[in-house]
Amino acid sequence: MAKRSALADDRRQTPGREGQHPAKPGRARSAEAPAAELDRLIHERLRLGIVSALAADDTLTFSELKSLMQTTDGNLSVHARKLEDAGYIACRKSFEGRLPKTEYTLTASGRRALERYLDHMEAIIRSARAK
Amino acid sequence: MQRSSVTQPRTAPEGAPGTAPLHERAIDNLRYIRRTMEQAGSFTAVSGIGIVGIGLIALPAAYMASRQVTTLAWMQVWIAAAAGAVVIAVVLTARKARALGMPMISGPGRKFALAFTPTLLAGAVLTAALTANAPRDLLVGAWLLLYGAGVTAGGALSVPVVPVMGLSFMVAGVATLASPASAASWFMVGGFGGLHLVFGTWIAWRYGG
Repeated sequence: MAKRSALADDRRQTPGREGQHPAKPGRARSAEAPAAELDRLIHERLRLGIVSALAADDTLTFSELKSLMQTTDGNLSVHARKLEDAGYIACRKSFEGRLPKTEYTLTASGRRALERYLDHMEAIIRSARAK
Repeated sequence: MQRSSVTQPRTAPEGAPGTAPLHERAIDNLRYIRRTMEQAGSFTAVSGIGIVGIGLIALPAAYMASRQVTTLAWMQVWIAAAAGAVVIAVVLTARKARALGMPMISGPGRKFALAFTPTLLAGAVLTAALTANAPRDLLVGAWLLLYGAGVTAGGALSVPVVPVMGLSFMVAGVATLASPASAASWFMVGGFGGLHLVFGTWIAWRYGG
């Protein structure tokens, strides 16, 4: 159920191709252009949250991310997998005693994607202020 | 680990009627990123290297303090060391916050300071009230206990190693009070020197900076 909801959410919010990385935004970008060039993979709220959280904390476990994002196991799994498939985050599975433990870290590519996204948001704001 | 959760505002589809202008959504996105980073950052606001620095200050201070005859002079050495430790902690925490692109007084940093400061002030008031009349072991025990209580309270919102560090200081404080007065100086070295070095190294290695 949660998985279906996450996928439906994706269809609504990510009309572009998943993982399609836009060019680095320039300073002279117009306010209209950025919407079309957004990195849709990161733009989705939950995925943006995952990437932002991992940018601040080197490693977070699945349950820490789940509690931080206030989401379901299914939703988090689906979105984390998308980020993992794009190479934005890395996943390491291990055991703590008998309990399975999943840890996520942000890759260099994921960090660059977040920086690009931040540049993009700033460019949109600058553009609106310049008008 | 207890972490506060990030509420996720709903994103409306592009161009939907009644949707906020693009730049307002961009500002909202930046706020969301910042809030998430602050809440996920937890302890990363505090510098592990800074904690190591505090431990390194404590070692020569312990040597100098042990050479003082009067309790007042002994106390002055430690107060000077504490002032140096505060400077190191603030400077390195500010440096780490800059490196992360976050304000120094961010969510977790502010929470830590608010939880930590009252016990620090209680320690300062007790020290001033007791002045040179109190036996050294009582002062050492009180300092370690109160410092540990402050770190434990501040670390409740942080990664597990921080409250563990606080509890270690509290254990050292109790051990000081239960031990002969002659051992007090060793507890100062082991506590403010050793525990800071061990936990600071661990935090710097595990959580960066």
